[in-house]
Amino acid sequence: MNEINQSILTLILLVPLAGAVLVALVPDRFKLPNWIALLTALGTFGLTLHLPAHFSFAADAPRFQFEITRLWIEKPTIFYHVGVDGLSLWLVVLVGLLAPVGVVASWNAIQARRKLFYALFLVQQTAMFGVFISLDLMVYYGFWELSLVPMAILIAMYGRKDGPKAALKFFLFTFIPSAPLLVAILWLYAKTGSFDFATLRFWVASGALPAGALFWVALAFLFAFAVKVPVFPLHGWVADTFSEAPVALAMVVAGKLGLYSMLRFHIGLFPVQARAVAPVLIGLAVIGILYGACLALVQRDFWRLMAYAALSHLSLITLGIYGLTLTGWEGAVYQILNHGVVDGALFLLLGLLYDRYATSQINAYGGLAAKLPRTTTFFVIGSLAMIGLPMLNGFVGEFLILLGTFTGVSKGWAIAATLGVILGAAYMLWLVQRLFYGPESALAASKPPQDLRLGQLAVLWPLTALMLVMGVAPMLWLPTIETGARPPQLRTPNILPLVLPQSASPTSLNGEGQR
Amino acid sequence: MNAHLHLWLIPLLPFAGFLLNGILGGRLPKWLVTAVALLTPLAAFCMVLQISLGLFANPIAIAHLPFVETCSLPWINAGLLHVNFSFVLDQLSLVMLLVVTGVGFLIHVYSVGYMGDDKGYARYFSYLNLFLFFMTVLVLAGNALVMFIGWEGVGLASYLLIGFWFQKKSAADAGKKAFIVNRIGDFGFLIGMFLLIANFGTLTFTDIAAKLGQDPGWNGGVVTVIALCLMLGATGKSAQLPLYIWLPDAMEGPTPVSALIHAATMVTAGVYMVARTHVLFDHSPFALSVVAIIGAATAIFAATIALVQNDIKRVLAYSTISQLGYMFLGCGVAAYSAAIFHLMTHAFFKALLFMAAGSVIHAIGGEQDLRKMGGLRKKLPVTFWTMTAAVLAIAGFFPFAGFFSKDAILYAAFLQGTNGKILWFVGLLTALLTSFYMFRLWYLTFMGESRSPEVHPHESPWSMRGPLVILALLSVCGGWIGMERFGNFLAPSVGVLPTEAGNMRLEIILSIVAVLVALEGWLIADKLYRRKPARPAQYAAALPTGYKLLANKYYVDELYGAVVVKPLLGFSKFVLEWVVDFVILGGAAWLLGGIATFTGAILQRWQSGNLRSYAAWLAAGAAAVLLFLLVPWATVLASLSAIHLGMAGH
Repeated sequence: MNEINQSILTLILLVPLAGAVLVALVPDRFKLPNWIALLTALGTFGLTLHLPAHFSFAADAPRFQFEITRLWIEKPTIFYHVGVDGLSLWLVVLVGLLAPVGVVASWNAIQARRKLFYALFLVQQTAMFGVFISLDLMVYYGFWELSLVPMAILIAMYGRKDGPKAALKFFLFTFIPSAPLLVAILWLYAKTGSFDFATLRFWVASGALPAGALFWVALAFLFAFAVKVPVFPLHGWVADTFSEAPVALAMVVAGKLGLYSMLRFHIGLFPVQARAVAPVLIGLAVIGILYGACLALVQRDFWRLMAYAALSHLSLITLGIYGLTLTGWEGAVYQILNHGVVDGALFLLLGLLYDRYATSQINAYGGLAAKLPRTTTFFVIGSLAMIGLPMLNGFVGEFLILLGTFTGVSKGWAIAATLGVILGAAYMLWLVQRLFYGPESALAASKPPQDLRLGQLAVLWPLTALMLVMGVAPMLWLPTIETGARPPQLRTPNILPLVLPQSASPTSLNGEGQR
Repeated sequence: MNAHLHLWLIPLLPFAGFLLNGILGGRLPKWLVTAVALLTPLAAFCMVLQISLGLFANPIAIAHLPFVETCSLPWINAGLLHVNFSFVLDQLSLVMLLVVTGVGFLIHVYSVGYMGDDKGYARYFSYLNLFLFFMTVLVLAGNALVMFIGWEGVGLASYLLIGFWFQKKSAADAGKKAFIVNRIGDFGFLIGMFLLIANFGTLTFTDIAAKLGQDPGWNGGVVTVIALCLMLGATGKSAQLPLYIWLPDAMEGPTPVSALIHAATMVTAGVYMVARTHVLFDHSPFALSVVAIIGAATAIFAATIALVQNDIKRVLAYSTISQLGYMFLGCGVAAYSAAIFHLMTHAFFKALLFMAAGSVIHAIGGEQDLRKMGGLRKKLPVTFWTMTAAVLAIAGFFPFAGFFSKDAILYAAFLQGTNGKILWFVGLLTALLTSFYMFRLWYLTFMGESRSPEVHPHESPWSMRGPLVILALLSVCGGWIGMERFGNFLAPSVGVLPTEAGNMRLEIILSIVAVLVALEGWLIADKLYRRKPARPAQYAAALPTGYKLLANKYYVDELYGAVVVKPLLGFSKFVLEWVVDFVILGGAAWLLGGIATFTGAILQRWQSGNLRSYAAWLAAGAAAVLLFLLVPWATVLASLSAIHLGMAGH
């Protein structure tokens, strides 16, 4: 068992990559690329489930588990250092879960150059896993960049109307902020001689580094992450990306990578600097919640509506993160999971509608409920989860974030953010109404009814069941998240102390690394 | 007290019905759908009945209430929030449960006849069962967050059932409107819960009461804010000013739904919530007076609109809003048990009014316009007599159920000093209007000659007539238990009714005044709609402004549209989307992108500027990085050095 624990994270990285190679080698016949991608995705998902099954809650358990540290390059000192803690564990599982969903969503949608598509799709999986488990900043940066590449290529090649333009926008928005990030990482290395997360954390906290420079370094980290989330006003790429990206990628492009990176590498690495900018982020997050919701209200295209809805929901998570409260953090990580599950289901369904009716103009739709009862039912449940109906998953995260903000940050911001609750219901229910209710539209009448098929149901049923289970029994997830959000020595219940754990000293870690 | 009441079964029984009919309904034979749909609420009702009989038979057991049942596993335990699934059975929840499951079951039976021919029969019943699930959760909730499950859940069921005939745009619109307006109230509920956690550290009702009781310093201030936030929630769910606007539109749903959800049970949830959290209101005189004023204002406001509506269901809808106003008036003068008493009797007679109206609509082929009815007394005798009982009850005639409960509220208001007298007077005036518009409806529907002679009405089937008769009996006798006994029973839950000892005479005088006022309302209606049927049109013509104002419901919907909805959409579209998103942010991004591309092109001529080649370079780099990752360098180095060492050793 110990050996599996040692190698599980490496396996999770390698399996999708091996799948990608296999897809590249087989001929594009009999839907072979699809099947290989599906099996790879399911296999990887199975592997990720090993993590929660063997995560240790023991009092003396290390913060990072399933950890491997191997010296990779001596000069510059780069370790292959991976591990997960309570913050990242379920995010790894989420990426694993969404992979088969993505394959099913692409099954019929992607007809041309399937080999390329699925190979890149699987590479993207590896990159996302890598981001969540890397504890060496150089390795992390490699995966971060790698996660952007297949995305940009796939948007350019498989865009619906104007892929290259959207891809260029995505490229400019996400690659340019990565440059300062790289510079900041290299600066840290130049000062400390290490890329290791815990070592750097120690150095940053030690006060040995020039404070003025650290502020800018931290800001460079934050900037790269904030664009990727996105945080208002850096969301310019989202609407076009959502409109053009294949569904399988649209459902993972926003949110989790950036949000996790904020938790781990911005606040986790630069607690003092993060605390200094937190008020700004809180303000931007609340603006983002309301701004995204208002814009979602007036969209005529459902991809763009989903993009602004995502801005609104991701801003709420950002609020939970920069509120720097334990309640808010638990809610934020949980809400990242919820957002992934719910958006996965909704994007899958919207993708099916788009494939069938070839338009994303909301007003062209209407009256589909009578023809597509199952699609309607799943979409309505997903929407309700999204708008935070109690007993479905969105409510738990939303409530925790708002409560953490209300009690730990400011009542005013919390009240403003809670207004998003009203607007969220408005645009989602209006969307449901315009797509599914009302008299049958010409568009709906133009095609014979074709409700969900077996493969789609096989994905939607588990996702929907998950929404319910995550809403009724969040304690299956929250204790793990709490171990990540709450450093062991924490005493006060709400405010994160953001001090350095005693164990992380550079000597012990370097010693550990070279063993 | 028996420690194993298994309260959780009460909500879960209808939930099982929901799952069965919701998932398999389309494939099951109709009799099986009906059986599942009826038996699950019946079983829940029988459970409640058994529990109550067990309690009434055993005074010691009643003294041991409240009985709390908590799930051993926590629901949410994170940071500051510690919430369990906990159910509480006390006098208050028992009364509510009896009403909800009892009236709920009757309306299920009625629906078998009413919805018999509908294509969505199974879907309808699954929603109806879902509603009962959430409503019983709401009633049984031991803490505010579990109550919020039920609170939002009944809103969902209401949304689904109002929009049940979703092909009709008006129905889908009405469902959406109900949900969104309720969300405004829920916003208040949420803030109230945050404040409770921030100040009391708990959402459990009993703990809050205990903490309030311990420290006399809790008075006004933050307690007032919490109470007002909760009241905002209540105004949404219970359709009070200023959030009542969704309820009249909710009449788009099937009529049994209007009877169950939008008259008898769900809309009373706000009253129930105020009674459940009454300790908070008791510690804030200001919040109480706000409740009383909102209640009284809503009561008379809605009653004036009901005077001139021509759709039979809309009259009843405004009457519901008005009667709910009475209940809040009762709460606002701290007469919670009187409010709950009225809640109960109202559930009987208002459910009956709606179901009888449904029977009328059913009989004449879906017509809801009062102007096209008339003369139905002979054709629909059961409907006529049962509805008459309900009209007498709502108008407050002795000895019908509404008399006792309405009287108790008015009496309690009268005792509250000068302001109380004003509230009492408003309530009395509302009683006059109520009596008038109810008899107007009664005359227009049943009396005189038929105004649509081409229609041949037929009495409804027994599945519909049966519930009517039972509810008619309850509308007659439901109040005979008397306010005093009812109040004493509820006192452990909601506190003692404020009374003036030994002032029987005042109470009797006030009762007589109230009945006389109701009689006056009847006489006016009799004059205008029987003896001189041309008069109403003359009055309307004489006062065109007033009439139009009432007929158009004071233009409140239009006002909200012009003040809230349109500006919000316009602001979002023009200011946020065009100016901010497109021009400012888009322009800035374009500019930065242009600069970056330009500098890039100059500095690095070898770059093609082609996205694919950028991407290819990055991919190649990333692949190289990965290749390095794949090789376990440390292991290789270690084994190399081991070989080296081994060789050295030899």
